[in-house]
Amino acid sequence: MTSVVATNQTILVVGGGISGMTAALEAAETGKQVVLVERNPWLGGRTAQLYRYFPKMCHPTCGLEINLRRLKANPRIQVLTLAEVTGISGTKGDYSVTVKLTPRHVNENCTACGDCGKAVSAEIDDAFNYNLGKIKAAYLPHSMAYPQRYVIDRSIVGTPEADKAKAACKYGAIDLEQQEEVVSLKAGAIVWATGWKPYDAEKITPYRYGEFPNVITNVEFERLADPHGPTGGKILRPSDGREAKNVAFIQCAGSRDENHLRHCSRFCCMGSLKQTHYVQEAYGDAGKSTIYYIDIRAIDRFEDFYAKVKANPNVSFIKSKVARISQDKDQNPVLWGVNTEGYKRYSNPHDLVVLAVGMEPSVKGVDIPAEVMADSSGFIMADPANAGIFGAGCATNALDVNRAVQSATAAALRAIQVVNKVARAEA
Amino acid sequence: MSNANEQMAARYKNNFLKEIEEQAEMGEWVKMCMQCGVCSGSCPTNFHPGWDHPPQEIFMMIRAGKREEVLTSNSMWMCTSCYNCYVRCPRKLPITHIMHGIAEYAYRLGVAPKFQPTLHLSQTFWNNCTKTGRVNEVKLTQSLYFKDGFMAGIKKGLEMKDVALGLVKAKRLNIMEALGGGHKCKDIKGIQAMLAKAKELEAKRKAAKAAA
Repeated sequence: MTSVVATNQTILVVGGGISGMTAALEAAETGKQVVLVERNPWLGGRTAQLYRYFPKMCHPTCGLEINLRRLKANPRIQVLTLAEVTGISGTKGDYSVTVKLTPRHVNENCTACGDCGKAVSAEIDDAFNYNLGKIKAAYLPHSMAYPQRYVIDRSIVGTPEADKAKAACKYGAIDLEQQEEVVSLKAGAIVWATGWKPYDAEKITPYRYGEFPNVITNVEFERLADPHGPTGGKILRPSDGREAKNVAFIQCAGSRDENHLRHCSRFCCMGSLKQTHYVQEAYGDAGKSTIYYIDIRAIDRFEDFYAKVKANPNVSFIKSKVARISQDKDQNPVLWGVNTEGYKRYSNPHDLVVLAVGMEPSVKGVDIPAEVMADSSGFIMADPANAGIFGAGCATNALDVNRAVQSATAAALRAIQVVNKVARAEA
Repeated sequence: MSNANEQMAARYKNNFLKEIEEQAEMGEWVKMCMQCGVCSGSCPTNFHPGWDHPPQEIFMMIRAGKREEVLTSNSMWMCTSCYNCYVRCPRKLPITHIMHGIAEYAYRLGVAPKFQPTLHLSQTFWNNCTKTGRVNEVKLTQSLYFKDGFMAGIKKGLEMKDVALGLVKAKRLNIMEALGGGHKCKDIKGIQAMLAKAKELEAKRKAAKAAA
């Protein structure tokens, strides 16, 4: 059984992405006990799946490394991976929480040597790379995964494949007997940092995502550009593996649309502007990017970044929400619409189309086991009736990494105040 | 320029948007347009020549106060009511209905383009079907084909003869109706009374709006 030490002075952080990690660290570094619950077998969330950040164009691995170092050095944080909160009862200062733990089938003896992965031949979808490729069913989710331990996928447990993996392990790290378990713990305050998911592009039917191979999403494009991604960092067309030198970006794919997401997702303009750098870096002057937009929302200090991209002769801007996409005989996506600057009709072929899909809160449609208020887009809001549960990061709003970290720090501060009150009352 | 048109122009002077909002059906939606252009790009007629301004341009022209250009434009009359723009509009504007609303308003003011085929069809169709409660297809086609002269009508008729024969074979078209009469409703008087009442109510509503 997994044992969790927690009291009503403990802060529970749900979600181990950049917001959850930040909230957990900020709280723990002020001396609070923290339990950090993450559904994936690794921490870092969607930030870890980015190739680079805007505006500094540095790699998320850097920022994550700093946070992981803080985490490893802090004895007050207990991390539960492959864990989901299933129930919350009680009130501010005195919550009882149940957490369901899914077995990893690999214990702490694992050295990430990779022998089990070599022994296994079964393959599963590569979730870290947005299912763009396949990986072995005994896998390290990504090179910087924390905990740095392999995972045996549950699909092979009970098959000879799992036995092969166990036989290959020199360290006795594979435990196929592990069972799902439910642990109960106490918490004084809860930070809900479950993040976001990309909007399902298949719902935007005129763009034919899922049907045309060369129409992909912005999160998938991040993986294409990443050297650890499925193409080794080369920007190649999914249909034929040809170099994609003429790339179109469609802004507001789902966002600011009453038929899809009502809100502006805020990060996608900067995301696409950033991704034009990937095209430029990969192909130099032969790499052309075209951004189709309603209006560019490079908020506050990002205006400078926008101005620089705009000055690049290899990047063009077309003020138009693309009406539909068709495909020519070479599987080039063809974009149809009207340029609203001058009302010019166009039908432009491109090598690759990147849909800048928006953020949908992960909490939307999910049954949070507690009463929380949500806005019309499903983002959770501060609820005076439930004053011990705080949203953080993209669970509360469409935010970029920088703003998510600010939001998480604010949530940590509120949670700290709750447990401080509990501590005073008990003293 | 008709009298009604001059009155309205004088009343709303420099605020054409307000005029459309208050006087044209569904006109209150025009201000919600965010000029993304998805309606124009979605319009099936848009990649063919023949119409002046796509919907989002019409909406911008309304805001810019281009009263005469909008009201005399053929754009609203070119709408085929396919509803592509309607379903794709990210602000959920009922674009098809707005276009029809503006068209109807221009017609009411007497400034709609003369000899515009859609307008001609609408009027002919209305007169034709309200007479008996059913459409006399032969007469309707005749009046459309021969609208530009006798020779043009013969030419058009020959062009379409295979379609016509098909319709006759499928019993969708009765050549004898060219002589008059044809199929009709059981209760013509009832239908006409109903239409007269509807027209009266509409006229009342619009007069109230115009007088407000």
